[in-house]
Amino acid sequence: MNIFTEPVGLSHFLVVGAVLFVCGIICMATKRNVLGVLMGIELVLNGANLNFVAFGSSVLRPPGTDGIGMDGQMIALFVIVLAAAEAAVALAIALSYYHAHATVDVDRGVELRG
Amino acid sequence: MAELLISISIPDWLAHTIAALVQCGLLLAIALCSAAVGIWLERKVSARIQDRLGPTRVGGKFGWLQPPADGLKLICKEDIIPAAADHILFRIAPYVCFCATFCVFLALPFANGWVAVELNAGAFFLLAVAGLEIFGVILGGYASGSKWSLYGAMREAAQVVSYEIPLGLCVVVVVILTGTMNLVEIGNQQAGWFFNWHIFHDPFTFVVFWVYVTCAVASSNRAPFDLPEAESELVAGFLTEYSGFRWVFFFMGEYASMFVVSGLGALLFLGGWNGPIPIASLLGLTPDGGDVFGWIGNLLGMCNFIAKAFAGMTFMIWLRWTLPRLRIDQVITTCLKYCVPIVSAMLAGVMLWSFFLPGGLILHVRSRYVAQPPSAVQSRAESSITAEGGCATRNTMDIR
Amino acid sequence: MDAINWHSCFFLLFAAIACGFAVAVVVVGDIVRMACCLVVSLAAVAGLFFLAEAEFLGAAQLMVYVGGTMVLLIFGVMLTARGPFVSMKTGGGQWVLAIVIGVALFAVLLQAATSTSAWNGPKANDQAAVPAANNSPLPQAGEGPGVRAVEGDSQDAAGQLGLGLLGVREDRLRRQDKPVLLGGMSGYLLVFEIISVHLVVVLVGAAYLARARRRGRNPESRSPLPDPRSPKPESP
Repeated sequence: MNIFTEPVGLSHFLVVGAVLFVCGIICMATKRNVLGVLMGIELVLNGANLNFVAFGSSVLRPPGTDGIGMDGQMIALFVIVLAAAEAAVALAIALSYYHAHATVDVDRGVELRG
Repeated sequence: MAELLISISIPDWLAHTIAALVQCGLLLAIALCSAAVGIWLERKVSARIQDRLGPTRVGGKFGWLQPPADGLKLICKEDIIPAAADHILFRIAPYVCFCATFCVFLALPFANGWVAVELNAGAFFLLAVAGLEIFGVILGGYASGSKWSLYGAMREAAQVVSYEIPLGLCVVVVVILTGTMNLVEIGNQQAGWFFNWHIFHDPFTFVVFWVYVTCAVASSNRAPFDLPEAESELVAGFLTEYSGFRWVFFFMGEYASMFVVSGLGALLFLGGWNGPIPIASLLGLTPDGGDVFGWIGNLLGMCNFIAKAFAGMTFMIWLRWTLPRLRIDQVITTCLKYCVPIVSAMLAGVMLWSFFLPGGLILHVRSRYVAQPPSAVQSRAESSITAEGGCATRNTMDIR
Repeated sequence: MDAINWHSCFFLLFAAIACGFAVAVVVVGDIVRMACCLVVSLAAVAGLFFLAEAEFLGAAQLMVYVGGTMVLLIFGVMLTARGPFVSMKTGGGQWVLAIVIGVALFAVLLQAATSTSAWNGPKANDQAAVPAANNSPLPQAGEGPGVRAVEGDSQDAAGQLGLGLLGVREDRLRRQDKPVLLGGMSGYLLVFEIISVHLVVVLVGAAYLARARRRGRNPESRSPLPDPRSPKPESP
């Protein structure tokens, strides 16, 4: 099918969401900087958010089928708010970590290792 | 427009692309013209305040060709990138700044229905995109690899993040009054005489307007809040390492954002395209009278709106050349200790007012003390119901 | 040739930007460049929200994520990076492991996303249901009465969201035809209250955590911020 003439569906959005999610996971796994890990988390949350919005959207479905309606946007809104709160706390922790270790490298925080 | 192009046998995709590009060009022209006129205005107003004449000779009368001449001079300057700079970020920062400001014009209505994209959440979108301008500034300040630039960028970040809170609350006040975030509808609800403007709606909105003015000046980095580029302390702040064409982009972004905040203020509080005197509707230039009349009325409205926006810009320039610069702690104090509490109190006041006394102050006084046929009150109430507010406050009012 | 579906074109554009810059976030080493790529990616996601008719959410994404969170991130970068352009290298083994896991996860998600036929979206012959050949990237509502699955769903999404937060599900009140959907009318009032309290707690907690300590607990740790008025993270 020709993507330029066919309308996009839910699957297209889900694929974009999956790409964002996986990029976030890889980012979280490979970055050693606290802030890099935080950015990975943001990407993961955005991938999930995109899925919620897509599930709630009525234009992306064949006519006559029901999505989750307004709930999708509502959940996505809560995710955005919680992500902002999480970022504030995480940044505060990062600052605190930097005060204690003089670095933001997560591999250096080994005090609790047995 | 696209239909017109299709009718002269241009392929469909090309027609739509051309139409989109033309509209983009139109908006870009408005953005650039507002910047150019702003620069000319700045020169003339500052000269008058300092008892000078300003540019008088470039282009004949009034020095009206001064902004293009300035631009030509700046483009001819050497483009310098410091060795310590992060090259990619240093290059893209001015464009980020300008693009963010330009995107605001997408949702800014100039007259009834004359808007590139009419969004239901227009006011919110506008605030959100206008806030992105600081990215260019922060990136530019960081990527310059200079202490002065970094100080300027950090001041900018602190200032803009703080001032977004009262600015957003000011917009929320108007949104609560109108029950919609659609900017076109907000403008249309102020149609008629000047006492329908939201600034005269009740005493609280009058105060909110002046808080909005303060926050708007601060959020577009104009004196007395121009800490990020305070030239007597920080060389030129985040602009220190920039020259030539990139500097022009920052500059145009600043003037375009001045136009945007003035325009938003005009739209939210000063009636938008609805003048102090409803000339267009008195002359019958409304869409009811036919397409041509509606178009002429809209054109008048657009002139009205742009005149208000430039009046706002003139006010900001006047402030800049009159008031001394604040210190950074005074800037933050102004925001957090004065603007936020005042606007929060006014928000509560507006809520109570619109709950107990729906309709404006003038309307209230009239209906109370002046013998008034009840039809006027009735029609106002009807119009507020048909305005179809989605907001909870509006719905409560409808039920009442 | 069929009429070009501009909705799809803009979807492709925004999706390419979002995915491309998300990959760039993973690949780029410099933390500030990462933040830039992340901003662009998140802004493109906001564009996708607009395409899915979630205007309010798109604006919220721009405001909170791109505006607020990213300013916080850049703040953090400025305060924690020691040299001008710090980068920390990751070992090759970790990269290989992460990419293997990532690819496997992506395969699973891709399979899940494309295998359900009802998710494949409207076809081009349902022209009325989608804003095909529309000049504006945003679907124009009201192409004709009744063509939408739920007419007027996007008309005032912000108002419906607000009412939903207050416990009134306006969108469900309209669906008298489907009794199944009338369930769950309670809305989100409780969640809204919990989130509000949560935000206040977070604000206080973040300010407490990030406060500058005059005396370091560790004698050899140098305090990078001797200024007692060290910037606290702002509430987004």
